[in-house]
Amino acid sequence: MSRTAVIVFAGVVALFVVSWMVKAMVLADVSETNIVDAFMVTVAAFLTLAIYSFLYKDNPYYKFAEHLFVGVSAAFWMVQGFWTTIVGNLLPRLSEGLATWFQQPYQGGGYDLGVFVFPYSIMYWIPVILGSLLLMRLSPQGGWLSRWPLALIVGTTAGLNFVRYLRSDFIVQVAATFVPLFGRDPHPWQGFGHFFSNLDLSASGQFVALLSNWVIFIGVFCGLIYFFFSKEHTGAFGKASRVGIWILMITFGASFGYTVMGRISLLVGRLTFLFRDWLGLIS
Amino acid sequence: MTNIGVILTLIVIFGGLLWLLVRSISGREVDRRIIFLFIFVSVAAPIIFQITFKERATPVVEALFANIDGLPAGSKVLISFDFDPAMAPEVQPMANAMSRHCLEKGHKIVFMSLWATGQSLMTTTLSRVILPEFPEKVNGVDYVNVGYKAGNEGVLNVIVSDFKKMFPTDVNGVPLDSTQLFRDIRSCADLDLIIALGGGRPGPKEWVLFVGDPADVPVGVGVAAVVAPQLYPYFPQQIVGILGGVKGAAEYEQLLIATHDRFVDMETPGIDMMGPQTLAHVVIMAFIVIGNIAFFRSRSKGGSK
Repeated sequence: MSRTAVIVFAGVVALFVVSWMVKAMVLADVSETNIVDAFMVTVAAFLTLAIYSFLYKDNPYYKFAEHLFVGVSAAFWMVQGFWTTIVGNLLPRLSEGLATWFQQPYQGGGYDLGVFVFPYSIMYWIPVILGSLLLMRLSPQGGWLSRWPLALIVGTTAGLNFVRYLRSDFIVQVAATFVPLFGRDPHPWQGFGHFFSNLDLSASGQFVALLSNWVIFIGVFCGLIYFFFSKEHTGAFGKASRVGIWILMITFGASFGYTVMGRISLLVGRLTFLFRDWLGLIS
Repeated sequence: MTNIGVILTLIVIFGGLLWLLVRSISGREVDRRIIFLFIFVSVAAPIIFQITFKERATPVVEALFANIDGLPAGSKVLISFDFDPAMAPEVQPMANAMSRHCLEKGHKIVFMSLWATGQSLMTTTLSRVILPEFPEKVNGVDYVNVGYKAGNEGVLNVIVSDFKKMFPTDVNGVPLDSTQLFRDIRSCADLDLIIALGGGRPGPKEWVLFVGDPADVPVGVGVAAVVAPQLYPYFPQQIVGILGGVKGAAEYEQLLIATHDRFVDMETPGIDMMGPQTLAHVVIMAFIVIGNIAFFRSRSKGGSK
């Protein structure tokens, strides 16, 4: 550890302690647990600054905050999954004793197969066994056993997604592309004379509705042409392909704009926390 | 104070941009940390001086607002918190505003989450918005928090046909059968509207695919800005309205204030965030322009092509 690193570390520790003490004094009038509250706010502020310190250059404080975040996130998801799903859904269906032990209402009964009722207390051992097999991945000898539950997960997910995506992302989306180019309710087409004499440029008007439909039609058509490689992109075909590229670029631009907005929002959120909750600069 | 702050901010930012332009044109490099500093100033100054703008709702936001507003009192609305603290600055304001709107209109709300992190954010909405602002609303009668379940699309696939099979109890262990709100709810098909809040997977898209379309229940979404463009193709056939990013939240808050006197003095984090957003976007656009000017100038001088 270099001399500079030691000095920086001492400075950070000193700053942390001073911040904690000052914050505790400020919170003394409004909170009985001011020391703990002040500690939590200071830790959050310290971790926020540690993450942003990467913008200057990579450093041990950033690495510490990053590793802490990954570890805490993994642990949090595991604990939540255990208490809400294993304790909340699985154990109360396996046995009344376990349900009582974990202070959950017993969920007896079974799955009605028509000819007989498959009791939950037996049926739910299947996910217990499969879930246990997943952990066999940690064993060098029994690692292959984890492939069975994994295969079930992949197969089930693929089967479910195939049906849902086919319906919602393919059939319905294709149907949504067939838009009326000359209007329908609430703006039925009544000829060019009527269209120009009642020209309405508002967002809910006929002009914007028709323009949207034409953009969808041309955008989809030209976008598809761009991805059609069985014919050389020359002449009219090439021009349509060129329009397709423009449509794609505009779409990517819109996505980029939204992404910038999202990232700025995160910065606003953290700065608001620092200025309001930590430093008390704003109300 | 605000006016002085605005003037100072504009002088610092645009003076700095002018300096950057001169520096770029003269062919000198600009350190990336100076760019970060500009973004910091353009975001921090509007927060400190509380610079805000009035928002005007777009049709996608108006559509969702009108949908909630038009439902008869007593309608059952499910709000799913499928996001984490990283998305909270954008999505939590939407959650708060729509929860307020639903309760004000007399709707019954079912809160749930497909993300483990969503459960604590749900608690934030309950403790900071619903309990203090709607003390007359009763847990189990006007709203129920059923919490989080692991399983992603698997959870949706079950609740689309049997809600209580996946959520036998609420988050406090109270059986859903004993709650008044769930007397008439067997599956998601018994809901009048689903509001999916999120920005990852599982999220709003999965709600459309696994619940909205199969059960024929209207789905409205409030999403982090990053995924908003991907959801526009679903509007209006499969999604009744979209709140995209903090802009969507701000527009919704503006509509709520404009139409409900009760909410005139409510907290408006969405609107408050649009000041920093606007200034930061102006600065980023200025960077793009400066970068292009420097590029074309260097090219005309025979520099890099």
